Amino acid sequence: MLRLERRPEASHLMSYASPAIAILLMLIGGLFLFAFLGKNPIEGFKVFFINPISDLWGVSELLLKATPLMLIAVGLAIGFRANVWNIGAEGQLIVGGIAASAVALHFQESEGAHVLILMIIAGCIGGMLWAAIPAFLKTRFNTNEILVSLMLVYVAQLLVSWLVHGPMMDPDGFNFPQSAMFEDSALLPLVFDDGSRVNLAFVFAIGALLAGYVFMFRSFAGFQMQVAGFAKDAARYAGFSARRMIWIGLLAGGAMAGLAGMAEVSGPMGQITDQVSSGYGFAAIIVAFVARLNPVGIFFASLLMALLYLGGEQAQQYMNLPSSISLVFQGMLLLFLLGSDVFINYRLRWKREVAA
Amino acid sequence: MEGSILSSILFATIVAGTPLIIVALGQLIAEKSGVLNLGAEGMMSMGAIAGFAISFETGSVWLGVLGGMAAGALMSYLFAVVVLTLMGNQVATGLALSILGVGLSAFIGKPYESEILPTIEAIRIPLLADIPIIGEPLFAQQSLVYFSWALFGAIVWFLYRSRPGLVLRAVGESPSSAHSIGYPVIRIRYMATIFGGAMAGIGGAFLSVFYTPLWVEGMVAGRGWIAIALVVFATWRPFRVMVGAYLFGGVMVAQLFVQGSGLEINIPSQFLSSLPYLATIIVLVIISRDQNTVRLNAPVSLGQPYRPDA
Amino acid sequence: MTSESGGSEALRLELQGITKIYPSVIANEDVSLSVKKGEIHAVLGENGAGKSTLMKMIYGVTRPDAGKMKWEGEVVHVENPAHARSLGIGMVFQHFSLFETLNVVENVALGLPGNPDLNQLAEQIVEVSNRYGLPVDPQRLVHALSVGERQRVEIVRCLLQNPKLLIMDEPTSVLTPQAVRKLFDTLRQLAEEGCSILYISHKLDEIQELCHVATVLRDGKVTGDCIPSEETPKSMASLMIGKELPVPEHNAPVELGEARLQLNRLNKKSDDPFGTDLQDIELEVRSGEILGIAGVSGNGQQELLYALSGEELVDDADSIVICGKASGRDNPDRRRVGGLGFVPEERLGRGAVPRMSLTENALLTAHHAGMLNHGMIKFDKIAEFARKCIAGFNVKCGGEEHAANSLSGGNLQKFIMGREILLAPKMLVVAQPTWGVDVGAAAFIRQELIDLRNQGTAILVISEELEELFEISDRIAVIANGRMSPAKNLADTNIDEIGLWMSGMWEQGAADGTEAQANA
Repeated sequence: MLRLERRPEASHLMSYASPAIAILLMLIGGLFLFAFLGKNPIEGFKVFFINPISDLWGVSELLLKATPLMLIAVGLAIGFRANVWNIGAEGQLIVGGIAASAVALHFQESEGAHVLILMIIAGCIGGMLWAAIPAFLKTRFNTNEILVSLMLVYVAQLLVSWLVHGPMMDPDGFNFPQSAMFEDSALLPLVFDDGSRVNLAFVFAIGALLAGYVFMFRSFAGFQMQVAGFAKDAARYAGFSARRMIWIGLLAGGAMAGLAGMAEVSGPMGQITDQVSSGYGFAAIIVAFVARLNPVGIFFASLLMALLYLGGEQAQQYMNLPSSISLVFQGMLLLFLLGSDVFINYRLRWKREVAA
Repeated sequence: MEGSILSSILFATIVAGTPLIIVALGQLIAEKSGVLNLGAEGMMSMGAIAGFAISFETGSVWLGVLGGMAAGALMSYLFAVVVLTLMGNQVATGLALSILGVGLSAFIGKPYESEILPTIEAIRIPLLADIPIIGEPLFAQQSLVYFSWALFGAIVWFLYRSRPGLVLRAVGESPSSAHSIGYPVIRIRYMATIFGGAMAGIGGAFLSVFYTPLWVEGMVAGRGWIAIALVVFATWRPFRVMVGAYLFGGVMVAQLFVQGSGLEINIPSQFLSSLPYLATIIVLVIISRDQNTVRLNAPVSLGQPYRPDA
Repeated sequence: MTSESGGSEALRLELQGITKIYPSVIANEDVSLSVKKGEIHAVLGENGAGKSTLMKMIYGVTRPDAGKMKWEGEVVHVENPAHARSLGIGMVFQHFSLFETLNVVENVALGLPGNPDLNQLAEQIVEVSNRYGLPVDPQRLVHALSVGERQRVEIVRCLLQNPKLLIMDEPTSVLTPQAVRKLFDTLRQLAEEGCSILYISHKLDEIQELCHVATVLRDGKVTGDCIPSEETPKSMASLMIGKELPVPEHNAPVELGEARLQLNRLNKKSDDPFGTDLQDIELEVRSGEILGIAGVSGNGQQELLYALSGEELVDDADSIVICGKASGRDNPDRRRVGGLGFVPEERLGRGAVPRMSLTENALLTAHHAGMLNHGMIKFDKIAEFARKCIAGFNVKCGGEEHAANSLSGGNLQKFIMGREILLAPKMLVVAQPTWGVDVGAAAFIRQELIDLRNQGTAILVISEELEELFEISDRIAVIANGRMSPAKNLADTNIDEIGLWMSGMWEQGAADGTEAQANA
């Protein structure tokens, strides 16, 4: 009989191998999915995973899509390490995007770097404000931050919908639910001059990953948050403030999600619509988990998740499949990961029944 | 005239509260066993599309509801394997289930987006349905509304009057004690979790087959999460789940009546639509302020993995 | 099926070559023992010797990897506890298998087959509890019961099924000495009625007093059988641990210095709805003394420790004075800076983070000792500190990079104790210093505490083991129902008096003299 048996000590090897196993299982699951849908699995695999990055333009699109994921995931990871479950990054992204857009629309006539700088600040603050609500309610009333942050996603979506149908609507936009296009001074500069759309936000994302790494693994505050995540009572015993960690955790996630929102409106979109996010706030949760809450992992997991987005678009275009197929892949990936994580602390053993 | 408005408000409130009741009571049972499944949104979505698709293809409402139930149960089985057998983190796995369910339902539902199901006739209970004001809301409803009441009665009886219910509560409080006096903790938790999933599936099917009745991506619109909040709000007591669900039902239909009332109120529809979500937050704040009530009623082992050492 | 050995008809239980292997340890190896009808049979061994695992196999909670079990002459494979109960085996667990939010009848019903009528069952409970002197109120919720009452519920639950064999796992660790005597009366009565009893303990005097025969386990193996009344504690101890019981070097009194901890009318309402409120606690611990606090668990020890450590703040800052500073509103970190050291009862998850390395666990409380540089961690410094702790306190581990949960209970306790001592506290608070620790480590830890006191540290020890407190304390006080007794010099008191006080009767005892010994 095959059974699970606790390892004497957690396996470091498995904690890195487990994401690889999960990715492999996701790919296998994908092959079955394509086969089930009556498509050629090999062809499906090619369209989904190879074609999107078969040229330089594709790779640059990959970086573009990965940028908000990196930003949000590193912010979330800081909180997740302390078991602060901010799952409302999607809403924080939207509010960050709104705040940045407000700045952009306000300074429509002006030139100069101050517009962008103010937009960045506004984006971060917008996201932080939205995240401060669950933080305040959690520290003050012990309200569950999962549910509150999630409810605020729906509220943020309705908020942006109202704004682009009302106060922020482009007066010359034929009543389309979108703002006017931003001036050049409100657009993030591009990083490469080869026509790709990768912008300065990618540099921010790399910076955020580095800063996140230092915070998590070198700073005492990061250590405190990890202690709280592993053993709440030990953190209390040591005298680490739980309130402070809740605030840090949520505000870090909020600021990064807000920045990602700013980067979307000021980057590829160039305006605000009611489709500010393509589900980046939720996808980043998966990125953070697959990456083991580690910034190095987040870099790679973001690329993978971005590939799933691009693959979904390709599958829609060339295989006539709904683009929501990428959500299916995302969900599978996380579920497989959580399942295969069991082997970090357990191993499989063949155990004979007791002889009668 | 006023009576008929009141009657239709009541009617709509009860209809809007019904899926919440079914889903929340299912989750209540799962949580009483100690399992926190945050995947209700995903299970409801799968229940909704499965229910709609099967009803549409077969023309049978009941096959649709059964299909929705099966889809929800299947999703929760997946969850149970990961958290009960493989000891995955319950919070993270629940999130994964939500994401997977919402995505998979959108994927499967693409071909059905422009379809519509025939409206299902209400079941009028003779005489009682003719009582003024409360007759229509209480006695001229669709079958699943009656089902939600039966479910409530059955769950109250099960939890507080039956032996298996006692065992379930015991497992949720102290799995290690239950194990040491010989109860199969993991098996009981599997059953409770799958029951929760089945109910979430029925709740989803109610939305797509009875309530709207059509399929739109994202149509569950946070009801799964609200149902989870409702269980907390109800401090794990079935009666308060009912009260809470109708409160939320009332909030959800309020906007329709404000807009349809012809009153000169100029409130953007988005603000009214956000009321259920804001109400959820307010309700959570109110209940969380009193930590003792929550602690006294919450299943002690909620969300914590348990594995007996063989 | 008949047994090959003669006279087996009187044997109720026979184990032959039972072996149970866990991934990291062999819990039981080739264990054989036999229990006669009406016999009180001790299974003796120190913490971690494999007693509990053996009992769980008899009761069907876990299954052996090899060996066989005979019940009344027949080979049986106990599938699960329900099966064991149907055979006539009952078990009272060390950490009770009760459900706090359910009442007594519901708890009892859960341990019985079928679907008993709860009203009828309540009557049966009262009847059985009267017959055996185990008073319990069937309608009360378990969380409102004292530990002693909870144990009675467990015993009554077993007795309702008319067991032929009753397994008691360390039953006296939660009782006052007086309550222990009453329990022994009940057990003797049961044995006379023909019920066999397997009595698990590591307390030699109890076994001598109660048990007819004893089987001694060490490292999972049987090291001998004996008749306790014919042995001395010394001879049994050497069977149990393979050498003589180490006794810490005696306590020469030290010159007392200044007061390091003063509790002035400390009041604290428990945050836990099932907890105990602290009421008007007065206490003083001075440099150079060990003050022991005795008490039955659940009488406010947890709450007191939380208040002392700063994990819970109290309203009145002046009610807790540490090294001269009013500290009631200070968090644990600030109290530590003020000179407080604290070793909690729970090692994994409170005193140490299970999944973190010993190095990281050193940082948990030692971060003030020059280990930070502008908020960044100096990893070489903490590793050095951890190595010093490992070497200085004899911690057996693979190295400072290994996770805390890979250490045995005793070694982890030595590490935590060492970490706190290396920080040179002026006032050290220790909870259950040797709980679940093997004899060697326990002796080491007690000796460390005494040495520390000799160097002038003030030490407060809270323990449920009276013997331990009498071994190391200079003065002793008792906590009962959230109130604190006056402290007595060790020379002026004895186990009986402290035992009596443990049921909250010090005021009465002071008022009407020294009688009222027996009924606690």
